[in-house]
Amino acid sequence: MERRTLFPGRALPALLILPQLVLTAVFFLWPAAQAIWLSTRREDAFGTSTAFVGLENFADLFADPLYVAAAGRTALFCTAVTALAMGAALLLAVFADAEIRGRAFYRTMLIWPYAVAPAMAAVLWVLMFQPQIGLVGAWLNRVGIRWDYRLDGTEAMALVIGAAAWKQVSYNFIFFLAGLQAVPKTIIEAARIDGARGFHRFRTIVLPLLMPTVYFLLVVDVVYAAFDTFATVYALTQGGPGQSTQTLVLKVYLDGIVNADVGSSSAQSVVLMAGVILLSSLQFRFLGRKSAT
Amino acid sequence: MTSRLLPHAVLVAALLVFALPIWIAVVGATQESSAIARGEMSLLPNLSGFGVFGDVLMNGATGTGPVWRELLVSAGMALAIALGKIAVSIPSAYAVVFFRFPFRMTAFWLIFLTLMLPVEVRLIPTFQVMSSLNLINSFTGLTVPLIASATATLLFRQTFATLPDELVEAARMDGAGPLRFLFDVVIPMSAANIAALFVILFVYGWNQYLWPLLVATDPHLDTVVIGIVKMIGLDRETEWNKVMATAVLALVPPVAVVLLMQRWFVKGLTEGDK
Repeated sequence: MERRTLFPGRALPALLILPQLVLTAVFFLWPAAQAIWLSTRREDAFGTSTAFVGLENFADLFADPLYVAAAGRTALFCTAVTALAMGAALLLAVFADAEIRGRAFYRTMLIWPYAVAPAMAAVLWVLMFQPQIGLVGAWLNRVGIRWDYRLDGTEAMALVIGAAAWKQVSYNFIFFLAGLQAVPKTIIEAARIDGARGFHRFRTIVLPLLMPTVYFLLVVDVVYAAFDTFATVYALTQGGPGQSTQTLVLKVYLDGIVNADVGSSSAQSVVLMAGVILLSSLQFRFLGRKSAT
Repeated sequence: MTSRLLPHAVLVAALLVFALPIWIAVVGATQESSAIARGEMSLLPNLSGFGVFGDVLMNGATGTGPVWRELLVSAGMALAIALGKIAVSIPSAYAVVFFRFPFRMTAFWLIFLTLMLPVEVRLIPTFQVMSSLNLINSFTGLTVPLIASATATLLFRQTFATLPDELVEAARMDGAGPLRFLFDVVIPMSAANIAALFVILFVYGWNQYLWPLLVATDPHLDTVVIGIVKMIGLDRETEWNKVMATAVLALVPPVAVVLLMQRWFVKGLTEGDK
């Protein structure tokens, strides 16, 4: 949409956009370019100088079984988190959209968790699932089901998936509810008169109209699971036990900051960058110029 | 009437799944740390135990500073980021919508690119930039780099684009310059969007974890989110009642902002994104 009426002048708009551009250049574009540059270099054994090694860091990365395992683990994690968060949110939105008593109350009670930080989700889940003090965790052990996510990798994975999905339900709920409310009531009414019932009505009439929301949330949730869950996973398990909950973002952090392997960590960053760009362009295809927080 | 009961049953169950951890935190905060550690926690609050909130506020727990200071850092960070993003994004969106200047779209796309560059994909170089600018362990370093915002610019661009041309024409006929028009017409007319965005950005700022972990190692700059993760990270002698009290304190501000501004926030979130 182009505006017909404009203000004249060049200096003022340049001045207005300048702060945003400076921040973008210094803290986003420059570091991103640096990440690409660093990913093609390697330090010598003494850490005194670096040399250009082309794509070797990438070759090493994909030849590293630990990295390939982390990639597979991340795919599993993202799929599970997205499926759980979207499935639960859709179910809840359908019920909360119905004409039932206490609707406003239910909505509020499902919207507030939006405010919970990914790291706080981890803290709350510790209070529930820690094997000695957690309400559920201690109970499991009391009734004879051995549960300790600090020792068992599968349990740890289940825990981080649960916590990450738990935190994202509310965001999805808000969007599904808005999507459902946008479905014209006359269409539903017409379907009801034609005799389409319950689930059938939902699947054939409502769901197709909801598909733009589904696609949008699919991308948002995958990006969330791949990146924003760093805090959840790091606070819950630090990637452990062993590497059993080490996702790709955790690995970038652990390799780059904790183990100071700049070349490899930068190469990992660039791989992730390619991933975000791919996901964002998918989002564009589905939705045009739309954005997400 | 099972069909009437089913929605309530499902919604109540979900509501409990979200509210129960909060209840546990409130109740647990009031109890003896040793009792919690033995797994002997009551599900009802110990009414004489609420003093723990004052205690963590003033003294913190093992390994962390007083929680009042962490809350202050969090609040400062959340406010600086939310207000800063709004203050930087409104002018840049205004420039893109209401003016024509060379490289206008280039500038817009450069800003847009930041959507695809979360801190996780530029971790080490960002850290290096921060340390060469001497921004490590400073409040400026904690906030300013997060103020660049493609999301807010895109949202305002969308909002401004829907303002009718007649408004601009009328303003120009009245002799109002671009800045006057921005402050007297555009900003007041976008108040609802600004409010909605404020909620989203405040929560975003309050909830940061990786960024402060990366750029602020000085305990004086610990946010409450950083502080509480430090508390549960201690393997031995975790003071669980204090952890729970801090968890409650850390959740109250962002949850309150979301609840108080729920209407605007939901509208702004769903309309801005779709």
